[in-house]
Amino acid sequence: MENFAPLLQYLISGLTNGAIYALIALGFGIIYNATTIINFAQGEMVMLGALCAISIYHVAPSLPLAFAGAVVLVTCVGLVFERLALRPVKDPTPIALIIITVGGAVLIKGVAMLIWGKEAYALPPFSGNDPIHLGPATILPQNLWVLGITAISVLALEAFFRLTLVGKAMRACAYNTRAARLVGIAAGRMVQLSFGLSAALGAGAGILIAPLTLGVYDMGTMLGLKGFSAAIIGGLGSLAGGVLGGLVLGVAEALATGFISSGYRDAVAFLLLLLVLFLRPQGLVGGRK
Amino acid sequence: MTRLWFLNRWVLFAVVAGGIAAFMDQDYYYTLLNFIGIHTLLVVGLNLLLGYAGQISLGHAAFFGLGAYTSGILTATVGVDPWLALVAGLAVSGTAAFLIGLPALKLRGYYLAMATLGFGIIVYIILNEASDLTGGPSGLSGIPSLSLAGFAFNTPRRLYLLIWILLGLILYISANLVNSRTGRAIRALHDGEAAAESLGVDTFRLKLKIFVWSALYASLAGSLFAHTLNFIAPSSFGFMFSIKLVTMVVLGGMASIWGSLLGAGALTVLPELLTVFHDFEMVIFGAILMAVMIFLPRGLVRGILDLYENRRYKRQGGSFPV
Amino acid sequence: MELHGVSLAFGGLQAVEQVSFGVAPGTVKAVIGPNGAGKTTLFNLVTGFLAPQAGRILFGGVAIQGRPAHRIARQGIARTFQLVQLFDHMTVLENVMVGRHRLSSSGLIAGALQLPWTRTEEKVIRQKALEALEFVGLADRAGQPAAVLPLGLKRMLEIARALASAPTLLLLDEPASGLDAVETERLQDLILELRRQGITILLVEHDMGLTMEVADEIAVLNYGKLIADGPPRAIQKNPEVIAAYLGTDWQG
Ligand SMILES: Nc1ncnc2c1ncn2[C@@H]1O[C@H](COP(=O)(O)OP(=O)(O)OP(=O)(O)O)[C@@H](O)[C@H]1O
Ligand SMILES: [Mg+2]
Repeated sequence: MENFAPLLQYLISGLTNGAIYALIALGFGIIYNATTIINFAQGEMVMLGALCAISIYHVAPSLPLAFAGAVVLVTCVGLVFERLALRPVKDPTPIALIIITVGGAVLIKGVAMLIWGKEAYALPPFSGNDPIHLGPATILPQNLWVLGITAISVLALEAFFRLTLVGKAMRACAYNTRAARLVGIAAGRMVQLSFGLSAALGAGAGILIAPLTLGVYDMGTMLGLKGFSAAIIGGLGSLAGGVLGGLVLGVAEALATGFISSGYRDAVAFLLLLLVLFLRPQGLVGGRK
Repeated sequence: MTRLWFLNRWVLFAVVAGGIAAFMDQDYYYTLLNFIGIHTLLVVGLNLLLGYAGQISLGHAAFFGLGAYTSGILTATVGVDPWLALVAGLAVSGTAAFLIGLPALKLRGYYLAMATLGFGIIVYIILNEASDLTGGPSGLSGIPSLSLAGFAFNTPRRLYLLIWILLGLILYISANLVNSRTGRAIRALHDGEAAAESLGVDTFRLKLKIFVWSALYASLAGSLFAHTLNFIAPSSFGFMFSIKLVTMVVLGGMASIWGSLLGAGALTVLPELLTVFHDFEMVIFGAILMAVMIFLPRGLVRGILDLYENRRYKRQGGSFPV
Repeated sequence: MELHGVSLAFGGLQAVEQVSFGVAPGTVKAVIGPNGAGKTTLFNLVTGFLAPQAGRILFGGVAIQGRPAHRIARQGIARTFQLVQLFDHMTVLENVMVGRHRLSSSGLIAGALQLPWTRTEEKVIRQKALEALEFVGLADRAGQPAAVLPLGLKRMLEIARALASAPTLLLLDEPASGLDAVETERLQDLILELRRQGITILLVEHDMGLTMEVADEIAVLNYGKLIADGPPRAIQKNPEVIAAYLGTDWQG
């Protein structure tokens, strides 16, 4: 029983981080499904979400307003990014797209550094800081917010893709762009939509995690990479895979922090990524290619 | 004709490099040139992978770091002969590249991108965390200089000799390579993997080979770097440096050996000249990467050459993909 | 070369179903059939780009099905592609030099160091590549980037590149598509000349004039199934073949 309390504690923080990774992974997956592009700038949307919310909150201290405002702003950034950086590409080879989106990530990060500087900023938690006791462990209200909003987002996405016309169109587009066009689905719109949607998800992830970790201009790179790792671990392009990958990664990291050393926490994510690439490149959920 | 022109480039290289050695007398410039040389080594290697073979590494700084730290640790802490340590560095980097490439190169392009990125970060973390071995964030000092038959390469000017002679050799080897049987196969797999396979090219193996080969260049550069500064710290081997290397390739031009010299030269000198560069570094590198790849996907210099060729062939009734 | 009950399905679509036929050494065999009949898929199976789900493919008496494409190529099977696949950023000559890959051996390090025997080998590669270019009439274009050639010459270059690998079996996927009458004529002569030299040829072609001229035997595919196999005259009269082609003007 003595060892159980810290274990539970790690599990809680692991699941919280894992939920964030899952949201980011879903962002990668949505764009990948619509375009087969891996958007390396996805992590920067997370950073922008956090910092925009913090700035808005600074001007008008209302959390719902900050949340909504930041999501809207970052969604616009995502749309503009697609319009300016990806649509003009004449010869979309994987290499060109990788370099362009990596370039975009570095550019956005650089601009953020110019705007916000190198300091880290805090966002107050959504509903106080009083820990809730859960048996031998404690859980912060913010952890619950993260888990809750992630769960709601995942369900909403699932419903969107399965039930709405636009969602179905997006899936058709992912399956076969040309056929989709033949039946009258505007692939260009779907691509735009995918960038907007995944920027919004990224922003949401950033705002959710800001009260727990602070917001700083260079937080995006790491979060983006972990989100991508989660997507690969789960199975790229699969909704369930992204969620599973995120949670597995979060928990693995938390356990490594607890039982090995916190310094190596970030290495765990990538070791796991390399391991999955070695052993099961299609991911935990993905079928055979 | 081709042969003569080819010879001339090397003569030009030797004359310019030698002329500089004879007439310049400020250590500062030699130091700058030495960094250009080391960066060019890295960029040529990366260009073989990225420009010629069409595969990307976003973690090339890691191989640079492995070379530097293997050399640094073996010489400063263990006392191994520097040249032997350099070879050990090559072995370590080559093995690492082989192990990363094996799973990643079987998959589509962005898997290698992510695997190398992840690897770069792991190496960076280890350099910081394993302080018993690496000295941690504050770095590793006391790395001896290289020496050859009693001649120590311990001043910027002497190092200049060493680095630029080695660079000349590496450039020569690389130019040979891309025009050899294997080099043609490498370029072929970039342009048409299926067609290359249909002619008996084992494309997976070849990608793996060139990935390892390119890591060896980085490792060599790393060892030279360690023995040049006599001190290394993890901050030289982070993600941003990998991005800088890609930017140098992109600026100099994909699939261009001499463009690598240009790209590395420009992006090494510019930050020195423009002090504003520092705050805007990320913005500038990001913007260069995006702009060049959107408008001239084969890189700046190569892209301009292609545009020129395209005009020439259009006049003859053909068309050329830019 | 022989196929025994070769089958492949893409998901629910049976692209090639229980196909069996042989190609006698030194002959030209044509594979014809309506669009989507599975001809290219069959080529991909023979050349190792796809692995059959059932059946065996024998080449020189050895089963080669399911081996990787480059291994099959090294046994002396060369091909061209329905959509021409050249190395656009390499010169015409360099394209053909890659064709010699399987017949040369200098590795990465040897090439980088330009070892003496590598140079000798390089000379041979260049010589043979030039000969192949000469053979298809492209020698005067040797130094140009492959991408600038007009389509007709691109097809010729692709054939030259395949020939540089000195294949015993050559697969041509619609080599005449996009060619004008004069170029088609040239292609026909070329195929007959290759047969004279003893190269076995498997040909997919929609141009019936050309097919009838060059083919010793014709196999007909429809919806992935082999519906006829025999000499051109017999095929022309085969009612099942005529039915399959009903409404198309293949005889014209
Ligand atoms: N990679 C693939 N995945 C799924 N279906 C495929 C694939 N390749 C081919 N097909 C399908 O298999 C069938 C056979 O195609 P194939 O290209 O072999 O026909 P073909 O006889 O060469 O036609 P054409 O004369 O138009 O070249 C077609 O229905 C095609 O759509
Ligand atoms: Mg076909």
